[in-house]
Amino acid sequence: MRTLKDVEVGSTCKVVKLHGEGPVKRRIMDMGITKGTEILVRKVAPLGDPMELNIRGYELSVRKADAELIEVE
Amino acid sequence: MSIRIALAGNPNSGKTTLFNNLTGSNQYVGNWPGVTVEKKEGYLKGYEDVIIQDLPGIYSLSPYTLEEVVSRQYLVNEKPDAILNIIDGSNIERNLYLTTQLLDLGLPTVIAINMMDIVTKNGDRIETDKLSGQLGCPVLSMSALKSDGVSAVAQAVVEAARNGTTGERPHVFEGSVEHCIAHIEESIEDIISDKKYLRWYAIKVFERDEKVMEEFRLTPAVAEEIEQHIQDCEKELDDDAESIITNERYNYIGKVCMASVEKKAPAHSLSISDRIDMIVTNRVLGLPIFACIMFLIYAIAMGGWSVSLGTRATDFTNDVIFGQWVPGAVDSILNFLHVTEGSVVYSLIQDGIVAGVGAVLGFVPQMLVLFLLLSILEDIGYMARVAFVMDRIFRQFGLSGKSFIPCLVATGCGVPGIMASRTIENDRDRKLTIMTTTFMPCGAKLPIIGLIAGAIFGGSPLIAASAYFIGIGSIILSGIILKKFKAFAGELAPFVMELPAYHIPAWGNVLRATWERGWSFIKRAGSVIVISSILIWFLNGFGTINGHFGMVENMWEDEAIVSEQTVQDLATRMNVPVEDVNAHDASLLAAVGNTISVVFRPLGFGSWKPTVATITGLVAKEEVVGTMGVLYNYDDSEEELGENGEQIWDRVAADYSASAGFAFMVFNLLCAPCFAAIGAIKREMNNRKWTWASILYMTLWAYALAFIIYQFSALAHGEVSFGITTGIAAGLIAVIVFLLVRKGFVPDNKKASLTSVEAAK
Repeated sequence: MRTLKDVEVGSTCKVVKLHGEGPVKRRIMDMGITKGTEILVRKVAPLGDPMELNIRGYELSVRKADAELIEVE
Repeated sequence: MSIRIALAGNPNSGKTTLFNNLTGSNQYVGNWPGVTVEKKEGYLKGYEDVIIQDLPGIYSLSPYTLEEVVSRQYLVNEKPDAILNIIDGSNIERNLYLTTQLLDLGLPTVIAINMMDIVTKNGDRIETDKLSGQLGCPVLSMSALKSDGVSAVAQAVVEAARNGTTGERPHVFEGSVEHCIAHIEESIEDIISDKKYLRWYAIKVFERDEKVMEEFRLTPAVAEEIEQHIQDCEKELDDDAESIITNERYNYIGKVCMASVEKKAPAHSLSISDRIDMIVTNRVLGLPIFACIMFLIYAIAMGGWSVSLGTRATDFTNDVIFGQWVPGAVDSILNFLHVTEGSVVYSLIQDGIVAGVGAVLGFVPQMLVLFLLLSILEDIGYMARVAFVMDRIFRQFGLSGKSFIPCLVATGCGVPGIMASRTIENDRDRKLTIMTTTFMPCGAKLPIIGLIAGAIFGGSPLIAASAYFIGIGSIILSGIILKKFKAFAGELAPFVMELPAYHIPAWGNVLRATWERGWSFIKRAGSVIVISSILIWFLNGFGTINGHFGMVENMWEDEAIVSEQTVQDLATRMNVPVEDVNAHDASLLAAVGNTISVVFRPLGFGSWKPTVATITGLVAKEEVVGTMGVLYNYDDSEEELGENGEQIWDRVAADYSASAGFAFMVFNLLCAPCFAAIGAIKREMNNRKWTWASILYMTLWAYALAFIIYQFSALAHGEVSFGITTGIAAGLIAVIVFLLVRKGFVPDNKKASLTSVEAAK
């Protein structure tokens, strides 16, 4: 399974499925990461974590641990 | 009857600017009941009977964050007459997500698309008429920053509230989901008293929203039937109910945007803000830039240079306004009223009240300068980047990346440090930061370090270095220890954070935010500080001599009261040489100090002088050295006591071993901070229990650390032999290590959300 964590900086991917449950998953989805959304991995923070994504025309940062919940193709 | 309008929108949508625009200076700022979330309301300009209620900036109406729960409760229970939903036009998809949830509530709603000027400048187009037709409510465009279209928005929402009509609800959900929701609507129709909320409740039941389920207490038969419907739907769409709803909403928004929004630039292209961010949060440059900005803030607000506006303003307030002008003016007034120096009233007003008020107001100028800088950083969008850059380091200690700022500021003064924790959104991180930030040695603690280093350690610079090391170490260790407790672990929130586009600060907002913070400190912390200062003034100034009660300094002059025998007795009782006895040895505070000094015996400084100094340190930490001067009978008639108490060094050195002196310093650096800082903690925690818990924790931590240090240092120096207390010290280390490495409370996700919801009740 390929997750958002494995996506290289500068490349785009499409969300297949969100794993996990409860507040974390809901929050990620509330922010617009839903099935079929296209995500560009903009950059990684200076210390290697979290990462910055571009989705739905805005910038969002998520920790790599949470990015692991997002399955992409 | 007055009309109430709820102002709702995403964070960074320009909601605050619009609110300020709509209400002008006619605002009331408070807190939502029982929580640390700020609550603002105000009258709409030009209308006498229209109240605008500003809701917290939220992304959704889920039951998982305090802000969202507070907003939901207001919208559902307080039933506002209309909702004004502000949307950032340059980020329309995600902003509409909240809109689809607000429309479920069935309240008259007006949508204001903000930042239309930016949308047009980017070459994009939003067709408000089409959008209005699709969403079934008025949609207007505006620019809050330029005050364009604001009055039209105000008119539209007042009209909507007066008419009380709502348009046709948008068809957000597809076949089977809509079908299932319709079923639920039927089942719960009888329980809902206000039918306009029926759909909102039905969707929440579908999502299995704990909060709503708790409220309903459905009969098992109904609950089972509904559950069956939900499960069928989940099976069909292969997802959980909550995710189905979110997915459907975003799919619907996608369709709406396709029809009404035209974007010129291709997806994922770089905006100007993104280009700035390429440098600011760059992998290599990110940290140095962060360090530079932090240094600038420190230099301007806290430092001791000529550019340090904050320090200079506060020094001026303390030394000139409350050091000369006010006491001078008060002196003239009191003389005019024939209140003479040396009388109780004179002393109460000058030493108690004026000094107390001065202690409150003295911090304000520095705080205002600091908050001005922080508000600017917040307003332009850099604060989110701070969290982004520093998150990796700070989350190891259970703190947020933004905790760095309070800690840095606290090296100057703990009061603005605590107040700066306001910028941390997460409730848990904020509380942890408030509890630990005053461990940093602040400016007023430096004389204590100077006294001990100079008197006992020959001025070794290592002592000051160790003080900072102990302060930082205490913050880190406390973070690790405390975050494992249920009270903190229960409010875990994911770090999924928007990095808002940079923009030029709105000066009106910045100034208003700065003033609000300063004022709330004066208002909420002021009483605590003044009352505590007066109490200490009383204990320090009054006492009983030979059965006479009164101001000790006055009685000391009175030979009818004080005989040579009295002096002799006092010398024996307080264990000081006869020639050193002075008026303060007879004060209530000396008696109190004498009684409780036994508490400090295991720390090596269990005599009344350091105890009294520690107590007066609560008024202000620099008082510790001043009190030592008085108690060691330094005569300041010829030369003022030096800042670090240079003149009493030899006498202090004679009284304390290195171990005891160091333990005294450690305890005073870490224990409960001064009253001003305690007032700030009270204001920020907004909760009595948490305030006391903070003070207690700091004092306990200080005691434990000073105890361990004294016991082992004294053992190593042969001052004490191995005994029970050494054993206890070793045990304490074991306890601390245990607290550090234990697994701690691990919330399961369900529990975590319940706690935050319960907290909002």
